[in-house]
Amino acid sequence: MEADQLFYFFDQLEQSFIGESIRNSVWMFPVIEAFHLIGLAILGGSILLGDLRLMGLILTSRSIRYVVGQTTLVIKVGLLLLVTTGIPLFLSEAIKCYYSRAFWIKMTALMLGLIFLFLIRNPICLSSEDKNTKFKILGIVSISIWAVVAGSGRWIGFS
Amino acid sequence: MLEIAIWLSETKWSIALLESLYLYPWIESTHVLSICFFVGILIFVDLRLMGTAFNQLSISEMNARVLPWSIFGFGLMIITGLLLFYAIPVRTYHSIFFRFKLILIFLAGVNAFLFHRQMRLNGKAWDKSKDIPRSVHLQAIFSLLLWAVVIISGRMIAYNWFDCDKQPQPEWVNWAAGCVIEISQAGDF
Repeated sequence: MEADQLFYFFDQLEQSFIGESIRNSVWMFPVIEAFHLIGLAILGGSILLGDLRLMGLILTSRSIRYVVGQTTLVIKVGLLLLVTTGIPLFLSEAIKCYYSRAFWIKMTALMLGLIFLFLIRNPICLSSEDKNTKFKILGIVSISIWAVVAGSGRWIGFS
Repeated sequence: MLEIAIWLSETKWSIALLESLYLYPWIESTHVLSICFFVGILIFVDLRLMGTAFNQLSISEMNARVLPWSIFGFGLMIITGLLLFYAIPVRTYHSIFFRFKLILIFLAGVNAFLFHRQMRLNGKAWDKSKDIPRSVHLQAIFSLLLWAVVIISGRMIAYNWFDCDKQPQPEWVNWAAGCVIEISQAGDF
């Protein structure tokens, strides 16, 4: 019953104006997809930089608070670009996504990633007094979650 | 060049790679995700040159500590990119997006080379003063724009709109793609 409703909802989304327009266009999906990748570069790079610092692999001469602090704006820019391109991509093939395991893995990991990023990682980093070692785990968890988001995202295209 | 591509396409490993169920997608995904290391980290180096992030660090410190991670990503891109080309050599050789991408990478390389030459000469002076020369500022913007278009054109290689076996095409497309079109064939499509 619930699954039926969800399917119906996805079907409606696929038939939305935006979904239809993208499907009826030869170039819209590829172009939006390309900008989605630029978003990946922006978000991925800014999260990576902070995580590498947390793991003690980069810029160890500077505080965690400083390094992560310098990335927060870029993180938001990247997320904004990813969401504004990701939603239309999804609308154009909602039914395919409904049946795609990679899509559901990505959405689950994405929710975890966002919660972890904004409620745990960044607040801890931005208020930290820099005792290196206990933060290593934060970096490892963060990079792992986002690797799943990006990897399963790529895999939606293969399924 | 075409002969080399054809020869590559007939080697055992090229065929195996193309027909592999998982290896090709894995290499492809690694190629895509390496963008985070390469371009993603480079963004911060360029932002530093523009004076918008990491201003606590000198430009030479940024280049010494952060840039290596970007170069590591670039290495991953090159290795996986060569493998992807190796799997589909002939079609990729003829792809106008691939050709466009190579030109842009070359331009970005020249841009980076010029920047680093300038840094070797003037880097110490930049570190001392707060002012970054306008040319460096522009080089950073140029770098970001070029790599963004490289990403876009790289994504487009997947699409077969302008492939040689899809005729008719505008003359300039066939010229840019280096398609060999036989006259009798051209009308058949």
